[in-house]
Amino acid sequence: MMPGPVRAALWAGIAFLWLPVVLLVAYAFSASPVPFRWGGFSLRWFAALAANERLLEAAWLSLRVAAGAATLAVLLGGATGWVLARHGPFAGRALLGALAGAPLVLPEVVTGLSLLLLFVALESAIGWPAGRGALTVLLAHATLGSAYVAVIVQSRLASRERDLEEAALDLGATPAAAFATVTLPLMAPSLAAGWLLAFTLSLDDVVLASFTSGPAGTTLPVALFSMLRLGMTPEVNALATLLLAAAGLTLAAVGLLLRRRG
Amino acid sequence: MRIALRLLPGLWLALLVAAPLALVAVMALSWQAEGVPPYSPPWGGEGINPENLRLILEDPHYRDSLAQSLVTATLTAGLCLLLAAPMGIAIARAGRWRDALLAAVLLPFWTGFLIRLGAWIGLLRDEGWINGLLRALGLVEAPVPLLYTEGAMLLGMVHAYLPFAVLPVFAAATRLDPALEQAAADLGATPGRAFLGITLPQLFPAMAAAFLLVLIPAAGEYVIPELLGPPEATLVGRVVFQEFFGNRDWPVASALALALLALLILPILLFQRLGREG
Amino acid sequence: MTGDGAGAVTPPRLSLRGVTRRFDSVAALDGVTLDVAPGEFLALLGGSGSGKSTLLRVVAGFERPDSGTVMLDGADLLGVPPHRRPVNMMFQSYALFPHMTVAANIAYGLKREGRPRAEIASRVAEAVSMLRLEGLESRRPHALSGGQRQRVALARALVKRPRLLLLDEPLGALDANLRERTGFELRAIQRESGAAFVMVTHDQAEALALADRVAVMDRGRLVQVAPPREVYDRPATRFVAEFLGAANVITGTRTADGALESPGAACTLRPAAPLPLGVEAVALRPERVRIGPAIGENTAAGRVEDAAFRGESTLLLVRLAGGATLRVLHAEEDGAPPPPGAELRVSWDAASVVPLRA
Repeated sequence: MMPGPVRAALWAGIAFLWLPVVLLVAYAFSASPVPFRWGGFSLRWFAALAANERLLEAAWLSLRVAAGAATLAVLLGGATGWVLARHGPFAGRALLGALAGAPLVLPEVVTGLSLLLLFVALESAIGWPAGRGALTVLLAHATLGSAYVAVIVQSRLASRERDLEEAALDLGATPAAAFATVTLPLMAPSLAAGWLLAFTLSLDDVVLASFTSGPAGTTLPVALFSMLRLGMTPEVNALATLLLAAAGLTLAAVGLLLRRRG
Repeated sequence: MRIALRLLPGLWLALLVAAPLALVAVMALSWQAEGVPPYSPPWGGEGINPENLRLILEDPHYRDSLAQSLVTATLTAGLCLLLAAPMGIAIARAGRWRDALLAAVLLPFWTGFLIRLGAWIGLLRDEGWINGLLRALGLVEAPVPLLYTEGAMLLGMVHAYLPFAVLPVFAAATRLDPALEQAAADLGATPGRAFLGITLPQLFPAMAAAFLLVLIPAAGEYVIPELLGPPEATLVGRVVFQEFFGNRDWPVASALALALLALLILPILLFQRLGREG
Repeated sequence: MTGDGAGAVTPPRLSLRGVTRRFDSVAALDGVTLDVAPGEFLALLGGSGSGKSTLLRVVAGFERPDSGTVMLDGADLLGVPPHRRPVNMMFQSYALFPHMTVAANIAYGLKREGRPRAEIASRVAEAVSMLRLEGLESRRPHALSGGQRQRVALARALVKRPRLLLLDEPLGALDANLRERTGFELRAIQRESGAAFVMVTHDQAEALALADRVAVMDRGRLVQVAPPREVYDRPATRFVAEFLGAANVITGTRTADGALESPGAACTLRPAAPLPLGVEAVALRPERVRIGPAIGENTAAGRVEDAAFRGESTLLLVRLAGGATLRVLHAEEDGAPPPPGAELRVSWDAASVVPLRA
């Protein structure tokens, strides 16, 4: 059934993916000021992290930007996916589909550069957005995120025939009621998954944020990036451990929720 | 209301996807200028500036950066596929362990891409874990330079993109009909032959999609070469940043972005085609 | 027009006049004219692409015809959007809302009507008991068997007390055992509810077993609308005979005196009344063919090629002298059937020869 080399590659690949992560977490609890050197168990780097105001500020900003961007991405990407899946052929549908998918395949530097040029052009034309910061980063991340949401929602809706919506109409629901009581609940899991994905993308992005943020909009990844350019510190280990724990808890919660809903 | 809802995505996409791309094209034809913003548009009196695009095509610095990016992206995608193809197939056939293994592949993605790069920095540097291990084992006397090399850069790229390559192969492998391999066995094929002759060919489109899914973003990668690569690894992403932020030459940065896009347009179209078929 | 001049005649429940619907120049419905009486159970029978499902969707309001009229109890239906039509549909996929319980699915339509809670509860309970869904009210569709889902879908449509219920392949997703039982239930429910049923099916046995009248469709047209027995005994066209499947279709040329001379059967088939002009095929049911010596017309010589035992009868494949094969049903009570290879003569009554229009 499964040739030996295939199985070996699986374990090698998983080991390769996990090795740095496991070591990272293990050494987060080391007292040594040199990352990845064991100096006895200590929580001092978590304490140092808690005292690093620049990083905490960036993290707080990032969380807000990510939540805002993910929410906007769900609204716009959800509408896009729904239009693409449920509004039969119309003029410009192919163009809409191509534009909706474009941020998925464009290199980040191209997307980042293009969005910065847009914000600069808008500012000189209509005076908005005045300068660049959290808002422009949020818009950039929402653009990227909405492309992912659109794809997820579209494929979710396309996998179901329209019969559920038609059944709702047939039973006397107005088109708006059919949307609210049937289509929206049908889309809900993909909207939630899309929100999480857009949130993660925003929390992980350096390139778009570098282009579209001003000095006032330093997000956590941008701050982390400038730290890492100077080398690794044990604080990063501690931060990584916290992020991994948060991710693990979120996934476990989502898994439990899905299992309970069956 | 239907009309409004149909227009909303269109307007959003026109404003935040189509218009910005058009602006990149305009910027590539503009003139660098002193001031804020540091350019003068083609309608600013000086007319269209063809020099930026010509520079990209003729100056070896830019040409090499494009070539280097393509080579690095191809290598990354190839290495990823080499690992991802067997991984995707193995996970698809892992029975009740399938979900757990898939999670094992995807979970590192949630630790954050920068954090994982940080981990590699910690592992690869001269005082790092790997050199420590090598010295402790008595294999080397002086630390081997590992960080800031082409190898480190490739390692980081493969590590970052591997999960993306596993997914398409996994998805295609779960859709395979197990009866086909059984039919091959029934007709006298050894398990190895059945795998190579029956299973693998059906996964070629998914493998091509996985390859392109890595190649396309890797070609424009900025962060990994910056953090793990040597200074001479001047991939396009880095050069765009350098021109844009360092030299404040927005037109050349835009021209370079356009050139990257032109190089990637074929892989992008191919990828979308594979996506529609799969 | 039906019933013109007679004011006392109640209008048909459903009345279609010249309904035409084209998809890219292909006519899915081509001038369909049909009446369904109140309380009638009509089956729309046809293959895939015959237009039967499109017809159902036109009545439900999910397709607009290009021309023609659709009336319900004498009132125009085409100007009414689907959610205001007093017509309900049971979808082929059942289209049960996966995120709602059985009870919520059944209550859905009543809630949209804005009925009081108490009324909704009692009508849902009534529908639950009518379709034997007791104890399943709080389950979700994915936790139901195929038969249970089918009954929930039926309950959900019937609880609205529609004047007309549309059923799209209602038994299509059930296994063979369940089909027969569910078929009987469907008939009982139809009589009990008093609604007119229009059912789409591709299964001739289902149509013949359940419906008061069968409307056979082919390429967007109605080819025959008649009670099941008539469709079965006297198929109007070659298509109907072949679609119903059981009959032998014998082709040939019409003789001057109204019989059919068939080179394939190497005989002349003479019906009770002369064949209409232009008819060049007849139907002959396998159970109407006798084995035994006969002379003259309506008899042919052949050899048994194969036999299939069917329990109460044996189906023989008889190769006739002219090369055509004739299916002959041999009843068990008539003794042992002739073995394969046996030479024999077959015959039939003039009344069994049914002319088929092209």
